[in-house]
Amino acid sequence: MKIEIEDLYFSYPGGVEALSGVSLKVEPGELVAIVGQNGAGKTTLVRHLNGLLQPTRGGVHVGDWDTRQHTVAQLASRVGYVFQNPDEQLFCRSVKDEVRFGPQNLKYPSDRIDELVIKSLALTGLIGKENTNPYDLSPTWRKMVALASILAMDTPIVILDEPTTGQDAASILRIAEIVTELKRDGKSVLTITHDIDFCAENFYRLIVMGKGKVLLDGPMHQILAQDEILKSTYVDPPQLTRLGLGLGLPGIVCHQDEFIDLLRRPESP
Amino acid sequence: MAILEIRDLTYAYPVTEKPALRNVSLDLEEGQFLAVIGSNGAGKSTLCYTIAGFVPHFFKGKLEGQVRVGGVDSEHAHLNDFVQKVGLVFQNPFNQISGSKFTVYEEIAFGLENRGMPRDEMKQRIDRIMEVTGIQDLGDRSPYALSGGQQQRVALASILVLQPSILVLDEPTSQLDPIGTREVFQVIKSMSQQGITIIMAEHKIEWVAEFADRIVALADGEILMLGSPAEVLTSPSLTEHGIGISRYTATARRALNEDLWPSKRPLPVKLDEAIEGFREILS
Repeated sequence: MKIEIEDLYFSYPGGVEALSGVSLKVEPGELVAIVGQNGAGKTTLVRHLNGLLQPTRGGVHVGDWDTRQHTVAQLASRVGYVFQNPDEQLFCRSVKDEVRFGPQNLKYPSDRIDELVIKSLALTGLIGKENTNPYDLSPTWRKMVALASILAMDTPIVILDEPTTGQDAASILRIAEIVTELKRDGKSVLTITHDIDFCAENFYRLIVMGKGKVLLDGPMHQILAQDEILKSTYVDPPQLTRLGLGLGLPGIVCHQDEFIDLLRRPESP
Repeated sequence: MAILEIRDLTYAYPVTEKPALRNVSLDLEEGQFLAVIGSNGAGKSTLCYTIAGFVPHFFKGKLEGQVRVGGVDSEHAHLNDFVQKVGLVFQNPFNQISGSKFTVYEEIAFGLENRGMPRDEMKQRIDRIMEVTGIQDLGDRSPYALSGGQQQRVALASILVLQPSILVLDEPTSQLDPIGTREVFQVIKSMSQQGITIIMAEHKIEWVAEFADRIVALADGEILMLGSPAEVLTSPSLTEHGIGISRYTATARRALNEDLWPSKRPLPVKLDEAIEGFREILS
């Protein structure tokens, strides 16, 4: 499902302008990472997609819906939003109830709910923890419960707000696998993150925001090549990109595979 | 002089059977910067709480072994004995904010007020620390009406202002952008250079490699390794225990298997070490 944002302005009550004319389109099935400093407007931007915020000026379309003409509850069937802090979204007494809540609320048929719940629990590694109270789990696992409860809603668009924050190596790997799985299912995934290595390895399009505006927007390799502008936005290039540049390797390196290939034949472009 | 001595520490939280820490022994010299790494659930936060006296004096539970912090024997001490010496910055800044203050400025003053510090001295300290942590513009804001990153800086400032001789930080940069992370690491490094002892739980291996003097890797409540960043961060056992390593180390390890890393050279943990090694291969 397509997302279209046209010349979006947003001011918080009190007058702070958080978005100053953002325009962008996301095609179905795209994997988009949004980076930028704290306060750049990243979270404000994505909160417009499920109607949590309404434009001060400009417009946001999710598929054929103008977000101003639909409620948050309606938009929930199209846009799944995994909060940065899982404690802001969990409230049920068991993991299973939590994960069932979304699809039940969307009034999916019960066999489809069963199927979605099992699939989401499996993807997030929560099989065996179905009957646990989410608050008896560690923050890492609570994040997985939050993720599962959104995956189970089977929305065409999934937003991950800082998915890797505070996660260890194993769960970051699991999140990367989930992103790949969502892509395979044809869903669009937008992530907000400071983890540029995670972006470079798992996402294809990179949007750099600063002071409420989109500063750069394009394919990952192309954007990471703009090191002067990136420096001005305080986005450090990924570790492997820095290594490639430091060695004078041709092009921009995002993945370990790319790096190893270049080592084998450094002369070829 | 060892400012921190932990001997055969085993600790279990109340109503749990499995200890969160087992047979942990650890010494730390004054002014050292120790990073605590490990997968989630390995015991990093529990170790932080123990050094700050929250374990067992706040969380209760069963503690065996000895913990001496700045000469204070934890078993016979009260939480009060710790707060004069040790500052703890919580993993979730929301849990740390007092809830009794309306502005960031007052929040940072809270600890000093409790100590009965004279007003002028208090103001000087607060102004300085707000500048150091980059929150000078937030003084009049509510501590709750802040972004995660801003809140994390306020939580840090409210502890730094107390000038603890031991500073314990539980993932203090988890919500910060790269520049914020660098600033916080630099502030902490400069504290360490002034002789303050630092214990920091952290997942960001690349930063730990650059800043810490010593590293302790925890796995399932036990010490897996203890040593210099170069020793610990290149150990294959980290990956086996689900602990992240830097992309430089991971890439060089794979390259070594494919004869693309100099076999006599230690694996790199930092960018410049990686560049040096791979340059040898390319030349």
